[in-house]
Amino acid sequence: MDQFLQLTVAGLGTGMIYALAAVGFVIIYKASDVINFAQGDLLLFGTYLIFFSLVQIGLPWTVGVLLTMLVAAGIGVAVERTVLRPLIGEPIISMIMVTIGLSSVLRAVVHAIWGPQPRTFPSFLPEGEVMLGSAVVSADRLVAIPLALALLAGLALFFRRTRSGIAMRAIADDQQAALSMGISIPRVFATAWALAAVTAAIGGIMLGNIVGVTPNVAQIGLRVFPVVILGGLDSIRGAVVGGAIIGLLEFYAGGYIGHGLNLIIPYVVLIIVLMVRPYGLFGKEIIERV
Amino acid sequence: MSSVSALLELNSVEVLYDDVILVLRGLSLEVPEGHIVALLGSNGAGKTTTLKAISGLLKVEDGEVTDGLIRFDGHEIHGLPADRIVRRGIFQVVEGRHVFEHLTVHENLLAGAHTRRDRGGVPDDLKRVYGYFPRLAERKRQWAGYLSGGEQQMLALGRALMARPRLMLLDEPSLGLAPILVQEIFGIIRRINEEEGTTILLVEQNARLALSVADYGYVMESGRVVLEGSAEELGDNEDVREFYLGLSEIGRRSYRDVKHYRRRKRWLS
Ligand SMILES: Nc1ncnc2c1ncn2[C@@H]1O[C@H](COP(=O)(O)OP(=O)(O)OP(=O)(O)O)[C@@H](O)[C@H]1O
Ligand SMILES: [Mg+2]
Repeated sequence: MDQFLQLTVAGLGTGMIYALAAVGFVIIYKASDVINFAQGDLLLFGTYLIFFSLVQIGLPWTVGVLLTMLVAAGIGVAVERTVLRPLIGEPIISMIMVTIGLSSVLRAVVHAIWGPQPRTFPSFLPEGEVMLGSAVVSADRLVAIPLALALLAGLALFFRRTRSGIAMRAIADDQQAALSMGISIPRVFATAWALAAVTAAIGGIMLGNIVGVTPNVAQIGLRVFPVVILGGLDSIRGAVVGGAIIGLLEFYAGGYIGHGLNLIIPYVVLIIVLMVRPYGLFGKEIIERV
Repeated sequence: MSSVSALLELNSVEVLYDDVILVLRGLSLEVPEGHIVALLGSNGAGKTTTLKAISGLLKVEDGEVTDGLIRFDGHEIHGLPADRIVRRGIFQVVEGRHVFEHLTVHENLLAGAHTRRDRGGVPDDLKRVYGYFPRLAERKRQWAGYLSGGEQQMLALGRALMARPRLMLLDEPSLGLAPILVQEIFGIIRRINEEEGTTILLVEQNARLALSVADYGYVMESGRVVLEGSAEELGDNEDVREFYLGLSEIGRRSYRDVKHYRRRKRWLS
């Protein structure tokens, strides 16, 4: 029972970080149908940016987090402006190919600036362990859960209530009609990339606290793919639920069955779910009326 | 029609698709402020292309205005991006409704208000739109994709109202709707013109219907205007009576035209 609670908290904590990374992917996919293969590398960038701000510049963590988010937003907008905007109107596949290139570029830049050796920065998430009943769980993963959930709820509100949020969903539904409403497609795409980069950076910051600053963070970032495929490529709720499921499965499989399997089980479950629900758990319903 | 204060003026406009297909061949027309002007013509005459040339939607379809003038309120607007044109006060209700299916009715209306600068006026305008279309008010929280065709057309008009445009471009608002709904929609188009003072350029296949609300009309054939006149003049014109009103065997012929037309459209989409 104690082990179960421990694994559950750790799984959910990790899962919510996956969800943060995945939600950026979903935003870009929803707005522009582009599958962003560089999402994991945006996460990596966030991790190194916070390391840079805290250790190399020596900023207090609050300022460091803000700076990281700001730089990430700038990177998102810059990527949209320089790489993707010229491709608007070209087949989607060329944009997707570009994100694969972008992934290598981001990774190479991180490698060139910071090298391959692992780094650390003083963690600012609560450290140590917390007793939940008789179970011992690590505090940083525990706080990651409400933190990530609050961020994701804020994002959901953004999509329901704000002008840009509604514009973004409108473009996802019908570009021509959105255009006829005076919605500027380049501006919405830029917003989508900025949001995606910022949420990924926040995920990266949390990962930096929990696992440290290493190139492996990009590997962890690759978990967005099972998460979004499971949840549905275009569903924010799906990203949250998918993240939770993948995180939990990883930790349950690792804890109860043994090491190694924790990396396989999530994919097995993924395949089974897709056989039953090809669009993922929350994939967009196609409305058919004739 | 020559009037001093045309809100919209097209002069010898040429439109080319994909750099080779010439679709508008020197089209000229005027829409005076506060009026409803009908643009009639058979399939493929270039009516939709005309509206898109005005609203700036041509660009995303590889279409281009290669010659002529498009003036709105005295200023040349050709070449402006679509969102700037909306901000100037021109709103096109595109053919085939195009509601945002996965947005609620309410959110669709908010999307229509996207370019509004006076955000404070939005709640009042929502009330106004629900006043015009009580049926939309009942379905506020419902996904627009699940509305009936008539309700979707109402939503498309409601979205346009939310932008508070000076000029509305309506592309076949009667398309695929039952006669009773068509009556209702056209009643509201007339009210929008009278109560909001909105100028309207109305494209229609159904000439009789269009002429029943319009002050003036143009008839297009292969990319240019072949006939124009006041609504009464056109209604009395022999050619119009024969080709566009189909006066001898109205019921059946126009019904079959509509069916044929809808089928063609569906293959295209
Ligand atoms: N994107 C496009 N690329 C190439 N040709 C086009 C394009 N859009 C329209 N056309 C052609 O331009 C001509 C006029 O089309 P348009 O849609 O303006 O006609 P319309 O009068 O609105 O017809 P309908 O009553 O069928 O809606 C047609 O011959 C059509 O095939
Ligand atoms: Mg048309």
